Amino acid sequence: MPSAERPRPPMETIRRHGLVTRLTHWTNVLAVLVLLASGLQIFNAHPALYWGETSTFSRPWVAMAAVERGGEFVGLTKVGEAVFETTGVLGYSGEVRGFPAWATLPGYRSLADGRRWHFFFAWVFAINLAVYLAAGLIGGHVRRDLLPDRDQIRPRRILREIADHARLRFPRGAEAKRYNLLQKLAYLIVVFVLLPMMLLTGLCMSPAFGSVGYGLIELFGGRQSARTLHFLSASAIVLFVVVHLAMVVASGAWNNIRAMVTGRFAVRPEEAGT
Amino acid sequence: MSRIDRRSWLKGAAAAAGGLVAAACDRLTLNPTVQQTLARAEGLTRRTQRALFPRMALAPEFSPEDISPDFRANGTINPQDPAYVALREAGFSDYRLVVDGLVERPLALSLADLRALPARSQITRHDCVEGWSSIGKWTGARLSAVLEAAGLKEGARFVVFHCADKLEPRVDERGRYYESLDLEDAFHEQTILAYEMNDAPLPVAHGAPVRLRVERQLGYKHAKYVMRIEAVESLTPIRGGKGGFWEDRGYEWYAGI
Repeated sequence: MPSAERPRPPMETIRRHGLVTRLTHWTNVLAVLVLLASGLQIFNAHPALYWGETSTFSRPWVAMAAVERGGEFVGLTKVGEAVFETTGVLGYSGEVRGFPAWATLPGYRSLADGRRWHFFFAWVFAINLAVYLAAGLIGGHVRRDLLPDRDQIRPRRILREIADHARLRFPRGAEAKRYNLLQKLAYLIVVFVLLPMMLLTGLCMSPAFGSVGYGLIELFGGRQSARTLHFLSASAIVLFVVVHLAMVVASGAWNNIRAMVTGRFAVRPEEAGT
Repeated sequence: MSRIDRRSWLKGAAAAAGGLVAAACDRLTLNPTVQQTLARAEGLTRRTQRALFPRMALAPEFSPEDISPDFRANGTINPQDPAYVALREAGFSDYRLVVDGLVERPLALSLADLRALPARSQITRHDCVEGWSSIGKWTGARLSAVLEAAGLKEGARFVVFHCADKLEPRVDERGRYYESLDLEDAFHEQTILAYEMNDAPLPVAHGAPVRLRVERQLGYKHAKYVMRIEAVESLTPIRGGKGGFWEDRGYEWYAGI
């Protein structure tokens, strides 16, 4: 029971994020937002995905289309063998188009304008990622903050972290000064798998790149597979961002955002008696 | 405020904010300074690819079993230009590919003349700017052989391909398809004037009687229905000045990505 007599331990403020991390984080936010929205504009030029080297037009594994049914347009989305009605969002949203206007950059249909945004911010994204990875590997941010510590990878500990995470119980005191295991794994997957995958699968769609990098295209299973993996990696990034934002809010939005802007992060003291 | 009211108010506010952001993005996209800044990336991409990739590196070539049974025909698939229709009805026996501009010896090549020039066959992947790919086999005269036969003059820096088709229905010439390459791509080993596709005469839908193949670039660079090749010093005085039908409509001149 909390009692009025016991003095609350003072809030400790630590420096959580280095300057490079903060700058590259917000540059990445901008680049990924623009790339995502302009990427959906580009996708809309041919809203279908295939596996392999070429497009098997009659057998896409993902496709969006509109059909007329009783004088009204119905948006349809095919995934594998399943077909879903997605009127208003996918396939048909006031006009025949894959993703709706609110999700694309620009909102109006223009493959040319979408490509301009995409290939400008692809450079921003790639340079930013290179700076982050170089600084993180050389400066020790990856080893110090992202790789799990030895005590974090004991089975009982892992189970407890999963249980705590699921109940949105966030660490206090000394434990709050480092990322928990699930957080570390999520960040490692994003910075070492998903973000580089966007760049590599993107390059594999370039017809000029094939003249030197065909080995990589083959590794992904062909150009159309690379396009599919580009889309799937982007989807995984969107999923990460949704969970990431939810966690930011649940564990103290203001403190987290301040930490990513100024670097300073307030650590809640340990609860007495625990 | 009731919970329902608050929820619908929040929804409305979110939609309004989203609408503002979307409108701002569209206005930003249409701003000429923004357009120019974003378009700078094209030059950076071209210079980087040209610096990192060997000049003569070949696009991957495939085997006969990889050929797509459903190779898509895009853009114009049946030109209605009267002069072209007359040529087509005569089986292209009167077709002459004109080579002029900054050349020593202007040419007018029949299909037989083209077939007599050094040829190349290649099974390559065609990547449309829309995102799809198909594999086909192409046979044609090497563009380098045509340009060497004509002899480029000193100042020639680009070759322009004038086509028989109008992709935009207009009375004037602005709707007519054209494309251009610089000499680096024009003299690449895989750059050919294809008169055969998959071992048969090039079909009309794919650009009969002659189309350009420039394998390290996107589909719209592969001009179909090529009637005239003009060597020029600059692309600026030609049509929209951007070097191609789609380039004049906002697409990249360097379509290597």
